Amino acid sequence: MHPTSSPPAAGGKASSTPGRPSGRGRRLYTVDNPRKSATLTLMTVLFTLYCLLPLAWLVVNATKSQADFVSTFGLAPGREFALWDNIVEVFSYQDGIFSRWLLNTVLYVVVGATVSTFLAALGGYALAKLDFRGKRVFLFVVLGSISVPGIALAIPQFLLFAQLGLTNTPWAILIPSFINPFGLYLMWVFTAEAVPSGLLEAAKIDGAGELRTFLRIALPLLAPASVTVLLFSFVSIWNNYFLPLIMLKDPAWYPLTVGINQWNKLGSTAGNGALVQNLVITSALLTIIPLIIAFLGLQRYWQSGLSLGAVKG
Amino acid sequence: MDRARRLDVTPTATASPDAAPDPAPARKRRRSQAGLAFIAPFGALFALVFIVPILYAAYLSLFQERLLGGTTFVGFANYGKLFKDPQFWDGVGRVFRFTLVQVPIMLFFAMALALALDSMRVHGMRFMRAAIFLPYAVPAIVSTLMWGFLLGVKYGLFGSLNDALGTDLDPFAPGNTLISIGVMVTWAFTGFNMLIFYAALKAVPRELYEAAAIDGANEFQIVRAIKLPALRGSLVVTIIFSIIGTFQMFNEPQILPTMVANSGVTTYYTPNLYAYNLAFTGSQQGYAAALALVMAAITIAVAYAVQIRGLRNASDQ
Repeated sequence: MHPTSSPPAAGGKASSTPGRPSGRGRRLYTVDNPRKSATLTLMTVLFTLYCLLPLAWLVVNATKSQADFVSTFGLAPGREFALWDNIVEVFSYQDGIFSRWLLNTVLYVVVGATVSTFLAALGGYALAKLDFRGKRVFLFVVLGSISVPGIALAIPQFLLFAQLGLTNTPWAILIPSFINPFGLYLMWVFTAEAVPSGLLEAAKIDGAGELRTFLRIALPLLAPASVTVLLFSFVSIWNNYFLPLIMLKDPAWYPLTVGINQWNKLGSTAGNGALVQNLVITSALLTIIPLIIAFLGLQRYWQSGLSLGAVKG
Repeated sequence: MDRARRLDVTPTATASPDAAPDPAPARKRRRSQAGLAFIAPFGALFALVFIVPILYAAYLSLFQERLLGGTTFVGFANYGKLFKDPQFWDGVGRVFRFTLVQVPIMLFFAMALALALDSMRVHGMRFMRAAIFLPYAVPAIVSTLMWGFLLGVKYGLFGSLNDALGTDLDPFAPGNTLISIGVMVTWAFTGFNMLIFYAALKAVPRELYEAAAIDGANEFQIVRAIKLPALRGSLVVTIIFSIIGTFQMFNEPQILPTMVANSGVTTYYTPNLYAYNLAFTGSQQGYAAALALVMAAITIAVAYAVQIRGLRNASDQ
């Protein structure tokens, strides 16, 4: 996100504007530091509890053995602390297929998010700074495609990919993840705002080609935007369930989401396989930890992306 | 052809220097070729992932798979059958009802929370903002698992609750399942929508609040006169996102039956679940393709109607 439109208070604590009375000691309404409200805090805390309760439940129950899981109260710790045992068992169950699923997921996320972000930057740059035939039609179709439900598209994609012999290979997951119309849109807006055309002209006058100008001048300026688009792609690919569910038959290519549900089915009330809920819960916790780290660590990029999307959209 | 002048489609004025000097024709042609080359990778993959599948689905929807005689051309028979299929309309009706109830509740919470956080009157504001957004990072499979256990009567908290109180509440009784799914979806997406509202509020110039404060406006007047109007645009965006999201609901009803027996989730509970089951267990691919296309058309029509309405209301102001 470019510096001028990012909210000043997003990074640090709001500071009171110099030259204005700080409001301490007098009951004057100040914009940056009003009196805290107990009622508003309480209401927000209640909703926060609703948001954190399932995650707390997950953490507590990942520390329980299967026997404790079925016999102890959901939010209380079990009789033994079995988190490490559970983690070891998750990685060794079914010949260690969990590590395979984890590697698959990392492959899909790293390749998919990198390629989709680069393609979005390239395309967004072309839309904002270059000219080509059919630009308006292209924009209309791509922006229109944002409102096509992804799942309605997945079945046609499956039918086509089956014809092309791509199903049950990693390409069936990777190729659809390369295209991120919303990312292209964000990159278009970012480029128009954050990359000065004069700088590009100067580079070209100095003899740089179009590609070199893009790579050396535009791409570094687009770095904050790229992080935002990378994040959106990262989360959506990591969490993707439907596409791999229909595209893949061989468990060796499953990502974590489909794999976990496979284990969940083993222990389902309807099935008659082994009950491995402790493994399902522990693997679910392991699945969301990288996402939560990415989320909390890169929070400000979410906000800048959403603010552009919301204001311009 | 003066394509350089067309750059006015770019969203800001920073692009205008582009159009000012008239580039030499050769330079212009080069730029045009570069533009095509830059957009080509995205364009080609976009065609492969979006356009060709839709055309292929349209083609497939004209055929039916029969036990005897294989695949035969049937014209628009699949569409005729779909419009008379009570299972399809049952699913459509369910996602419509779900949207009408869940989306307003979720967006109300999202907006109230955004206003609370933006007012700076809440203790621990940064922590709670992150905590409320956090569920968005959780995959639907994990969220359905957690809520399935939490609300389940067998191992879950509701089981403990029933034991303690001697009650017989079951959030996954067939009549309650949709409400429980609403609890899950609201949990997952309120924070996302809250952040969209919050970002829009942050874009309001602070001087406006200072001016209002100097004029003696109280907090509620500022919310009514400044903040709510500033949220109009994002409200339209969030409604459209939510409609698109709920119309394609799939993960929760697909995963729930493996968690809870007798939850009342049928194979045609939502249109997408129905399409999935038709294509993969019923091997009626032509019919499933027709269903996917009709559902996409319905979704786009509703989203478009909301957008038109939203824009008209905004311009009335």
